[in-house]
Amino acid sequence: MFSRDTWKEIFETIRKNKLRTFLTGFTVALGIFIYVVLFGMGNGLKNTFAKFFNDDAQNVFFVFPGRTTIPFKGYKANRQIEFENDDLEDITENFPMFLEYITPRISRGAIVSYKEEYDNYTTRAVGPAHLFAEKTIMMKGRYINETDVLKKTKYAVIGRLVERDLFKGEESIGKFIDVAGSAFKVIGVFQDDGGDNEERNIYIPYTTRQLIEKNNDKIDQIILAFKPEIGYAGAMAFEGKLDKFIRDKKIISPEDPNGIFIRNVADQFKQNQQFAGVLQTIVSIIAFAVIISGMIGIGNIMVFMVKERTKEIGIRKALGATPKRVTNGVIFEAIFITTISGFVGMIIGIAVLRSIGGKTLEDDYFITNPEINTMNAIFVTILLIVIGAVAGYLPARRAAKIKPIVALRDE
Amino acid sequence: MIEIKDLHKSYKMGSNSLHVLKGINFSCEAGELVAIMGSSGSGKSTLLNILGMLDELDEGSYSLDNVPIKNLSETKAAQYRNKFLGFVFQSFNLINYKSAMENVALPLYYQRVARKERQEKALKYLEQVGLKEWASHLPSELSGGQKQRVAIARAMAAEPKVLLADEPTGALDSTTSYEVMDLIQKINDDGNTILVVTHEEDIAHMCKRIVHLKDGVIVEDKKVKQVRAAQYVQ
Repeated sequence: MFSRDTWKEIFETIRKNKLRTFLTGFTVALGIFIYVVLFGMGNGLKNTFAKFFNDDAQNVFFVFPGRTTIPFKGYKANRQIEFENDDLEDITENFPMFLEYITPRISRGAIVSYKEEYDNYTTRAVGPAHLFAEKTIMMKGRYINETDVLKKTKYAVIGRLVERDLFKGEESIGKFIDVAGSAFKVIGVFQDDGGDNEERNIYIPYTTRQLIEKNNDKIDQIILAFKPEIGYAGAMAFEGKLDKFIRDKKIISPEDPNGIFIRNVADQFKQNQQFAGVLQTIVSIIAFAVIISGMIGIGNIMVFMVKERTKEIGIRKALGATPKRVTNGVIFEAIFITTISGFVGMIIGIAVLRSIGGKTLEDDYFITNPEINTMNAIFVTILLIVIGAVAGYLPARRAAKIKPIVALRDE
Repeated sequence: MIEIKDLHKSYKMGSNSLHVLKGINFSCEAGELVAIMGSSGSGKSTLLNILGMLDELDEGSYSLDNVPIKNLSETKAAQYRNKFLGFVFQSFNLINYKSAMENVALPLYYQRVARKERQEKALKYLEQVGLKEWASHLPSELSGGQKQRVAIARAMAAEPKVLLADEPTGALDSTTSYEVMDLIQKINDDGNTILVVTHEEDIAHMCKRIVHLKDGVIVEDKKVKQVRAAQYVQ
């Protein structure tokens, strides 16, 4: 069945029927090509989503104080809730099972200047753990550490763009900048995948901010991270317990929608991933439809081919071709053409995906690193080959059933 | 060689049934050259198709070289055709994208003869029909007579027991017809059994025996003195 002769005969048929071969091959290659590219684009879209929300750590809660709307335990409504330093300690003590790290954040806008250069920037007064929560990447120097917090040092960690705009290429580490009237020493420069705005921030120790603001112990918001090993369900449970704990401590009604807010990045991330997943499913369905149409295309061409070759098949049968050999000839030809052109289409598709990935695509079309898992591509290609064989089989069966006399009469 | 007894064949045309062969008794020895004659509709092609296992008989019996031909599966029929029979058609029926040699080699391919041997044999038979130098040409590059000679070479390549020719000269002018008949006669001289369906008297008389078919029965079966085609060929 797989003898060299059989193949030689098939090659000969293919070689001598170039147009037919080309049409079949082109259909298959195009089908696979479109599938690979579409699927890759879908993946690219998903990657963009992932990247958007990957800028911050995913095991993070942001806790904001609000203004109560429901009177509770003798307190009137419309009371502003505030967080203080001891809230950090309480949370740390009460949730050792869940908590990975915790940090406050106090954001203030400020005019920041160095020599003649100045601009308006956001300062974020934070603890050392903030580095992980924001996934800040240190380019040089160091981040805020525990000692800075304890000693309330006037140190600042500035974003890459702050350094570029204020220092104009000058070395910034060790220099002093003026932040709303106070001199801060630059101890580090960072970058952030979250975009340009993130890199225009300036980090200082939160205790220093509190010292400047009349030595209070107020905190704008608390950022905390749960241990990743507790998983999504654990995170949701932690969120509930944390909510209850803070409401108990701050005396906020459990029904009050505005007393405090907890933003759960994990939950948001999951929803966004689901959305991207839906997008990709849609793209996959389209891609699969392309495959189906490719299959119909192969089937059509095979039917046409058998029709066109009716007489030839009749001659072959008169000369002693058994039905099996006729069927095999047609099917092997189909499989051979589908295999070659399928893989050609796949390789071109992957090559195109590799070459189109880039900044323009990323910025204008939200497609990042369009790619297709090679296994996926190979699987679909093999699927199409199998489909091609099936699509070739039915006409081949018909070819085998052609009565030689009928075929020979066919002029 | 061929033994047919009380052969009936009818075709269904909608609700009507067309009785084409109405009890044919026919036998033929090895080495005979028989012309089957008859006007169109007399059943001569149907008879040849049944003899060639291209069609099935309804009633009666048919044995070829003492092998009963009955209720053959498609595969078996194909194998028997390959082993026992060589076909020559009016419209040549060469495969147009294969060269003369490849066409001649095709029955051998279905006999699973090795490629090299196939080519050697094909060349040998092409030489016999005088077309060795045309071996690599496509059918479209050959004249009608040449095509028919390639077809005869192809029919002979499988070394069949019986050569069946359905109007082999039907598409040829008389000069070329005589050339083809000359070739057929020579093949017959070598001891091959040949059946020729024709409606041309002169072609029929180049055979050794004429069987006349009319309305599905044999009305005449006579031996004739063979007219050699060679005398008409320069």
